[in-house]
Order: sequence, then C-alpha cells, then structure tokens
Amino acid sequence: MSAILSVQGLSVHFPTRQGVVRAVEDVSFDIDAGETLALVGESGSGKSTVAAAIMRIIPSPPGIIAAGRIEFEGRDLVKLPENEMRRVRGSRIAMIFQDPMMALNPVHTIGAQIVEALTLHTNLTRRQALGRAVELLELVRVPAPATRVGQYPHNLSGGMRQRVMIAMALACDPRLLIADEPTTALDVTIQAQVLELIGELKAKLGMAVLLITHDLGVVGETADRVVVMYAGRKVEEGRVEEVFRAPLHPYTRGLMRVSDFEGGTGQAMPEIPGTVPSPFEMPSGCAFSARCEVAVEACGATRPVLVVRGPARSAACLLLDEGRR
Amino acid sequence: MKQFWRRYRKNRAAVGGLVVVALITMIAIAGPYFHPVDPFDMVGRPYSPPFGEFPLGTDVSGRDILAGIIRGAPVSLLIGVVASLVATIIGVALGSVAGYYGGFIDDALMRTTEFFLTIPSFILAVVIVAIFAPTVYTITAAIAAVSWPSVARLVRGEFIAQREREYVQASRALGMPDWEIILVQILPNALAPVIVVSTLMVATAILTESGLSFLGLGDPNHVSWGYMIGVARTALRVAWWMTAIPGLMIVVAVIAINLAGEGLNDALNPKLRER
Amino acid sequence: MLRFILRRLLQLVPVLLAIATLNFFLLQIAPGDAADIIAGQSGHATPEFVAALRAEFGLDQPMWKQYLLYLGKLVTLDLGYSFQYQLPVTSLIADRLPATLLLMVPSLLIAVGLGVVLGVIASRRRGGWVDSVVSIGALVVYATPVFWLGLMLIVLFSIQLGWLPSGGIADVREGNTGLAHVLDVAHHLVLPVITMALFYVAIYTRLMRASMLEVYSLDFITTARAKGVPEGGIAWRHAARNALLPVVTLAGLQFGHLLGGSVLVETVFGWPGLGRLVFDSLLQRDLNLLLGILFVSSVVVVIANLLADLTYGVLDPRIVHK
Repeated sequence: MSAILSVQGLSVHFPTRQGVVRAVEDVSFDIDAGETLALVGESGSGKSTVAAAIMRIIPSPPGIIAAGRIEFEGRDLVKLPENEMRRVRGSRIAMIFQDPMMALNPVHTIGAQIVEALTLHTNLTRRQALGRAVELLELVRVPAPATRVGQYPHNLSGGMRQRVMIAMALACDPRLLIADEPTTALDVTIQAQVLELIGELKAKLGMAVLLITHDLGVVGETADRVVVMYAGRKVEEGRVEEVFRAPLHPYTRGLMRVSDFEGGTGQAMPEIPGTVPSPFEMPSGCAFSARCEVAVEACGATRPVLVVRGPARSAACLLLDEGRR
Repeated sequence: MKQFWRRYRKNRAAVGGLVVVALITMIAIAGPYFHPVDPFDMVGRPYSPPFGEFPLGTDVSGRDILAGIIRGAPVSLLIGVVASLVATIIGVALGSVAGYYGGFIDDALMRTTEFFLTIPSFILAVVIVAIFAPTVYTITAAIAAVSWPSVARLVRGEFIAQREREYVQASRALGMPDWEIILVQILPNALAPVIVVSTLMVATAILTESGLSFLGLGDPNHVSWGYMIGVARTALRVAWWMTAIPGLMIVVAVIAINLAGEGLNDALNPKLRER
Repeated sequence: MLRFILRRLLQLVPVLLAIATLNFFLLQIAPGDAADIIAGQSGHATPEFVAALRAEFGLDQPMWKQYLLYLGKLVTLDLGYSFQYQLPVTSLIADRLPATLLLMVPSLLIAVGLGVVLGVIASRRRGGWVDSVVSIGALVVYATPVFWLGLMLIVLFSIQLGWLPSGGIADVREGNTGLAHVLDVAHHLVLPVITMALFYVAIYTRLMRASMLEVYSLDFITTARAKGVPEGGIAWRHAARNALLPVVTLAGLQFGHLLGGSVLVETVFGWPGLGRLVFDSLLQRDLNLLLGILFVSSVVVVIANLLADLTYGVLDPRIVHK
C-alpha cells in the first residue's frame, strides 16, 4: 500500500521573547490509503501542532515550519504557495476539531457553512450545493436534514454539531481526514456514535484518517497504527495491537499502565511521576529521562535515536539498543 | 514599582505622552511667572497675527493669545483632573458596594446608571451648569455628575468577578468585617482598570469642559481654551489662527493623556499585550 | 417580534418617569422661577404682581401637587412655555427636531459604516502600516473637539476653497423650491455631516478593530481557514459578521453622545435644529426650553437604543424573539 501522506523530518518552531519553543522536532511518519493513524500524546506533546502543520494553519507569526517535507499527492505541502494550499485545505485534506460549539460560526446557518465548503472547491451552483448539503447531513445521520439545513449551531446538540462538522469536512471527498480530539468534548455515549460514524464513512469513501487524541481507549477501538509523541518528538510507532501488547518505550508503557487501570479498593492509581519539561528548558538528552523508571546516566546526556524493530515499528530509547528490554 | 516603570518605558508612545503632559503641567504652573500678562488685559492692537509683536498674536479684543494659552492650561487640566477624581471616587464607592452585596442595592445602581447613560450626558451637563450659573466648581461638578456612572459600572463588574474568589471567602471565614474586605482585600485588585479609565476620563473631561466654555458656559473669571475658540468665531474669516491655536493645544493635550493612559493599561495588564 | 417591541416600549415608561422627575427636580432647584422671570421682564416686579403670577401658574401649590400637575402636562405633551420665544416649548421642539434628525441620521450611518470598514481593514494587517495610519488617525480625530473640527473645516472648505457654504440650512436669498431646494439643503448638509461623522468614525473604528481582533482568536475562524476560505472571506464573511455585534450595541448607547455633539456642531454651522436651540436658550437662561429639550432628547435616545437592540436581534440568530 502506498502512502498518501508522508511527513519527513518535520520541525515546527515558535520563536518567543524567552526563547524558541520547539513544538515539533524531527517527526516523521506515513499514512497509507484507507488506514487510521492515531497520533497520541499528552497536551503539549506537539500532536495538534503536527496537524496544523499539515494543513499549514499554524499561527504565523510567530510559528514557522523550520524543517521537513510533507508529501501529499505528489507535492510538498510545506513549499506550496498559499493560494494552492487553500485549494487543498477543505477539499483534499479536511480537518475536524474538538469543540463543535466553538468551532462552528454562530451567525451562519449550518447549511450555509456546508455550502461554503462546496462552493469554494467545486463548480456547484448554490442550489446544487444546498442539495448536496442535505445529502451530506443524511450521510452523517442527522435526522430531518432538510430542516436542519436552515438552523443555527446553537439549535443543535453537541453530538449533532460534531456530525455537522464531519459533514462539512467530507463535503468535497477528501483523501485524508484529520480529526483533532473529535470526541473529547462529547458525552461518552455520543463519543462511541461519532467514532463509529467516522469508521463507517472511512470505509465507504475510502479515505485515510489521522486521529489526534490523548485517549488510548479511542486509539484501541478505532486506529490501525499509532505514533506516540512526547515533548515534540516521536518516541514510538507501530501497529496498535503490537504497541499495546508490548510497548517498547518506557513512556508508552507508563501510558498503558495508566489506561489499563481497572481500579479497586485500596489500589493507588498509577501515574507517571513528574511533569513534561518546560519548552524553554529541554534537556539535552532524552526528554523523558527525568521521569523514566529505567533511565540510566547516559539517558540524560545523549538524545536517543529511533531504533527500528520491524516494518514501521520503532521507538526512541537508548536501552533498546543494548537489548535491555 | 520598578517593574511597572520598566514595562511602562517599553511603550515609547506612552512615554512621549507622559512627557507632553508633564510639559503642559509645567507651563500651567510656571508659565504665569515667565509671562506675567493678564489674559483679560487689552495689551495691543486686535487681530495682530502671530510671530509679530506678540508671540501668538492678539484676539478680537486685543488680548494676548499666549497669555490665554498659558492661563487656560491650569483651568482645563484642573477641571479635568478634579472632575475625573470626583467621578472615580463616587463610582468606586457606589460600584464596590453594589458589586459586593448584589441584590437590591445592585439593582438600584444598575437602574440609576442606565438612566444616566440614557440622558445625553453633554446636554445634561449644559443644563446643570446653566441652572447653577457657570463657575469652575459647577462645571467640575457637572462633568463629574455625568461621568461617574461608567466608573461605577466598571467597578461593579470587577467586584462581582472577585467576590466569589477564594481569598474573599477566606477573609470572610476569618471574620473580617465587610467594609474591610471591600477596602483592603478586593479594591486593590480591582483598581488597575479603574486607574486606566480614570486617566482617559481626564481627557474626555477636558473635551467636555472646552465644549461648555465654547458655548459660553465657562467661568467668566477664568480664560479657558474652549472660551478662546468661542470668542474667535467671529474672526474666523480674517484671523483663523485665533481659533486654530487654542484648539491645537486641546488636541495635543488630549492625545498626550490618551497615549499616557493607554501606556498605563499596557503596563498594568502585561498579559494582554503578548498576543 | 411585535410583542418584543411592545415589551420594550413598555420598559420606556419608568425611564420616562425618571427623566420627568429629574426635570422637575432641576426646575425646582433652579434659583428663581417663572414668575420671577416674567415679572423681571415686564419691568414692574412688585411683590403683589409676582405673587399673582405665581398663583396663576400654580407655583404656590405644594410640591407634590406641582409634581402631579407637571406629569399631567407631560402626558398631554405640554412641555411648558418658552418665555424667550413666546411659544409653547413643544411646538418649538417639533419645529426644530426634523433638522436635527436630518443631520444626525446620515452622520450616524456614515460613522458606523465607515468605522466598521476601516476597523476591519486595520485589523487584517495588525501592526502593518495601514493599521498604524488608521489607528493614529482615529486617535487624532478622537482627540479633536468636535466644534473645533467644524471650524477648521469651515476655514478650509468654505473660506479658503469656497466649495461649501459655511452655515445655515439653505440659501434664503435664492428662494429655491422643489428639487433645487433639496439640492441646496444637501449642499449645506455636507460640512456639518462630515464634521459629525468624522468625529464618531474614530470611535467606531477603534471599537470594530478591537472587536475583530478578539473574534480572530475564536475557534470557528480556524475551522474556516481549514476549509480553505481565503483571508478576505475570513475577514468579511466570518469575522466581521460576529465582530459587528458589540458595535451595534454601542452605536445605540452612543446616540446620547451624538446628540450632545449635535449641540456643538449645530451651533458652529448655524444649523436650525435642536442643538442650536439649546445654544440660543442658554443665552436667555430659558429653563423651560432647556429642560424640554433634555426630555425629548432622552426619549430619542431610548428609541435609538430600541432600534439598536432590534438590529442586534436581526444580526444575531442566537437572540430568540418569542
């Protein structure tokens, strides 16, 4: 299977008065057609910034893409002129966001917002676009789509708003859908419905999904492969079953422990001690070493490189090299 | 305090404004000693243009314009500052009480401020000064009377935001009396936006005072820049500088105060700047 | 919608009552009363004459009776009598009100319209040279006393260039009728409207710019960018529509300010409206007239606020009209 998106050595920097924040540093991964790749990490790990970089919507100033290539449909998105990138956004690659209430324009009808995506990228007339909008709402299973089209975001429930966002994103048949924390702001019951919907549509329309999340449960249920990020770098990558079954990186292991926790009386909830280092005080060695339970002296001094343990299976830990776990 | 000045200094426009304000204040205070001419005295031929015998020329009655500018400065500044101060004190007093206690008192205050904000404030000021005969005191009182509602609303908002915070609850738990909580605990935290608004209010007060003087409602015993403009109206065709000069002074003063005030805002709220 | 309007109009009543009470209060504390003034003007102010006048005007009644009388008169739109003009205040005001509205409405529309446009333009390239020029310009104009601005404009356009008349509403000498008259009035309207509008453009520009900057940081702007909407569309279709809301509210609240400005502008341009009337009544200390104008202008402000609220309701679909 060929990759439809290939991120190579991506680095995103934010120069500030106190120093340069390296939000993303040397991150590489591929997404194959029709697969769901999950990008996992805690807040501040840089995962949302990667998504913004692919879409080229990083707030600039002050942010810049300092290095890397993003290959998509035979072109390097990083070097694409803005007017061409605009043609890609919303039509070839689409994005949905975390909080659908804030992410939809409160003064436009949802019909108008979907129609806008269509009229921007296709030759449909407004009437045709409106018809297509109703079809899309049906596709995402919004009841009474013909009425909903004239309503405003505040008339809809949270789950329905997220469906509208999905409809808007799929309007132009994108090859890749980027979903940035799509279920975090929703009820647990609605979460499941939305994830199911995304899965269905992915199969039906043959698109790939880049799922950004911090919720490993969501990853386990919907993703094919996973990339784990920490402090702006990729620390582990692999097929979901493999990574979950036998995580290579101590950070991933810690995450598994936390999310596996069933809870019982008298049992302390596991946690990864310590906090993510401040972006202005990044250690020169492994960024996780201060919190790592198996760290050795070398970890604090040398930055680990990705050790490949199979096709598209790797992790960045010094200890892997020495065969010590 | 030093940190505050350091932040303030970064905004060069604000510093410039502050310098100009200081200059005008100095002119107001020391000017009469260096140029001891009574602005009401007829000292020369009327309609003399500037850069002649008289540095800024004479007006329609032969009075020295420079003297008018110098004597007008303290009038405008004082009225502006005092009116703003009075309005602030009233506004803080009423707003803090209303914001802290809420309920009926708050309702009453909101109705009152709404009422004041409905009546055109300039016309109300005109009416007040017209009724009570124009003196610097009535003018100051009138401007303060129409300005306090916006301060009160601002303070009320701040107090409502602060009154459920932990430090307030802790103070209550300690048995601190209400007045002490209001004055000593909450007020210092609410003061920053109030200071900024008061400073900008000085500028508005100066504009209002000049408007009143222009209409003939100025204190007849004191020359004010607005009065000078009003008097010069008849000479507009032949001697437009008589109108231009005092007006320019007002513009400069108001801009300076605005810049200095906005610098205050940036220095007191550093977070908003870093966007 | 109709019920909404009716409800708001009903809310007018306590406000009007409060204004009337304030007026009455001011009338009472004014030194001297109508009887003194008339007696003084007539030249033989003997105590008996003054007392007789008082009885005639009901000024010797207890305060509360006078108050009720006053309210009663207000309901019948009787605002008292102007001794200066020897005419009922109501008819004087009715006579002058149209001229003031003729001045204010175009000024407000231009000020808001231009202010909004400039605010959007300035916010698009925040920190750029356009932004600096607009912001500095707004500051300078805002710092200028509106009457001085008018005078300077007269000097430039009327005296130096001779393009526009320096005052009045029409050229009485010509005796124009019909279309010629309309054009003549329009010709005279230009400078006063420019003066008013210029002054308030500054306020709305700053407000719209600040509002836009706040809206730009909201999430739905990111969504729009991710859809591929070009920056211009983002500014006008998405951001401006939302940023407009607080500006509309403020426009309503500012109307009182605008009326105050009209006093000064009408005086400068000799424009025969309410503002000029205020100026004229000041010279004679015609209190009845002044207070009548205060009352009427407050009513106008309340109506303007209502209109602003209605406009807001139209613009913001989140407001539900039950």
